[in-house]
Amino acid sequence: MAESTPIDWQPTAAIDTLRTRARVLQSIRAFFSVRDVLEVETPVLSRAATTDVNLESFATVFRGPGAPDGRVYYAHTSPEFPMKRLLAAGSGPIYQICKVFRQGELGASHNPEFTMLEWYRPHFDFSAFFDEVEDFFTTILGEHIQLDLAERLTYAEAFRRFARIDNVHDASVADLRRRARELALPEVRGLSDEDRDGWLDYIMSTVVQSQLGHAGPSIVFEYPASQAALARIDPGPPAVAQRFEVFVKGVEVANGFQELTDAAEQRQRFEKDRARRVALKRRDVPMDENLLAALESGLPECAGIAVGIDRLVMLATGARSIDEVIAFPFSRA
Amino acid sequence: MATYSTNEWKSGLKVMLDGDPCSILENEYVKPGKGQAFNRVRLRNLKTGRVLEKTFKSGDSLEGADVVDTDMQYLYSDGEMWHFMHPETFEQLTADAKAVGDAVKWIKEQDVCVVTLFNGVPLSVTPPNSVVLRVVETDPGLRGDTAGGGGKPAKLETGAVVRVPLFIENGELLKVDTRTGEYIGRVKE
Repeated sequence: MAESTPIDWQPTAAIDTLRTRARVLQSIRAFFSVRDVLEVETPVLSRAATTDVNLESFATVFRGPGAPDGRVYYAHTSPEFPMKRLLAAGSGPIYQICKVFRQGELGASHNPEFTMLEWYRPHFDFSAFFDEVEDFFTTILGEHIQLDLAERLTYAEAFRRFARIDNVHDASVADLRRRARELALPEVRGLSDEDRDGWLDYIMSTVVQSQLGHAGPSIVFEYPASQAALARIDPGPPAVAQRFEVFVKGVEVANGFQELTDAAEQRQRFEKDRARRVALKRRDVPMDENLLAALESGLPECAGIAVGIDRLVMLATGARSIDEVIAFPFSRA
Repeated sequence: MATYSTNEWKSGLKVMLDGDPCSILENEYVKPGKGQAFNRVRLRNLKTGRVLEKTFKSGDSLEGADVVDTDMQYLYSDGEMWHFMHPETFEQLTADAKAVGDAVKWIKEQDVCVVTLFNGVPLSVTPPNSVVLRVVETDPGLRGDTAGGGGKPAKLETGAVVRVPLFIENGELLKVDTRTGEYIGRVKE
């Protein structure tokens, strides 16, 4: 065996880091327990997939009773759809901690399977929900690192302050391109002039994001309406999505919405996503009719958030790579 | 040449960027949860030696560069060009001053160097990591000084100047690290 390819069977995370990881999970459960938020579990495999153009689902095939020729199932990229079915069925506030799966996402802060916390609060508006979100991050991370001041700012304010772009919601691709040049950002290739959201993402991830959340959790809200995903849209002007993200020390750790409850609009967005997927030559996937039926029957007004647990542990331990906080990351799975 | 997509880029891959061959140093995957994925890349332009930073939309691709490293023996210089020979095929190639670059300070006839070829033409020459060269000019040696402290400059037969311990004499053979330009030790004849 001496000269054969070495087998890296050992964990990449230090055992001490795994202890911190366990501690973070315990603290999360304690946080929700005292708030009477119910822990739930929903299926990982579903007949439907997310239609989100920027997310690819892993697919597998079930063969067995009722499916002699095999039936395609998709691994969830987040537990959002079935959790909303529980909310529509009257569950009240709920949370879930589970593994989610995203095709193609592998890097220093991405592992194709990762641990997500998702929680929903019926009848919370953004102001009440942001209070709880800030509480969450200062409580869970505050046990490990110093966090002094939480802040809330709009997407437009973040762009104004950190990229010196005024009125980002009205900025054209030409404006964004010029500003990127003035800021001496590394030149970007392969981004077309039609892809305005791509340009916004580029500026967000190269210059804005790294400056967010250094004093404490930073909540950025009112995303462009074109990046609404499953958030409700405020018609404006300017039209903005009731979507927010949380950044701590320049790291994106969470994404949340004032949830879209309108079944007809949700169906339209799914259809639009599917048309774009076809245009971009991405895999066409079935939309979640169960979710649409639940919205039809009535989803209470609610706010929800998804938090990346691995990144939370990275922040708690000062890890630079996600491999340092996962016992067996993708390369050793 | 083949084209390579962002998923195939890894350290050491040679690609064409704006007409120049480049070597990829780092490829970092960046993606907002709900947004477009990017690859933040650091590359070395193999012609100029400069390190560049670029961002690519994930899924983009670059053409591979026909860059190969070949072990070749240095034969001689005619003052303008440097002549190398493949030790097995005996094929000969000439490299200009730009390609030879700093290697000129270290190489002697018969030395085996790595010649990097771009489309068959020498792009750069890398000398062996260590070479043995004779001292041609240095202050007289100080007997009894065996410690490394201080030191003095010594000119070697190829023209390179390195810092050596005080006890080194003219005419001695020295082993030198070409990557750092540092003295390693004396070599017995």
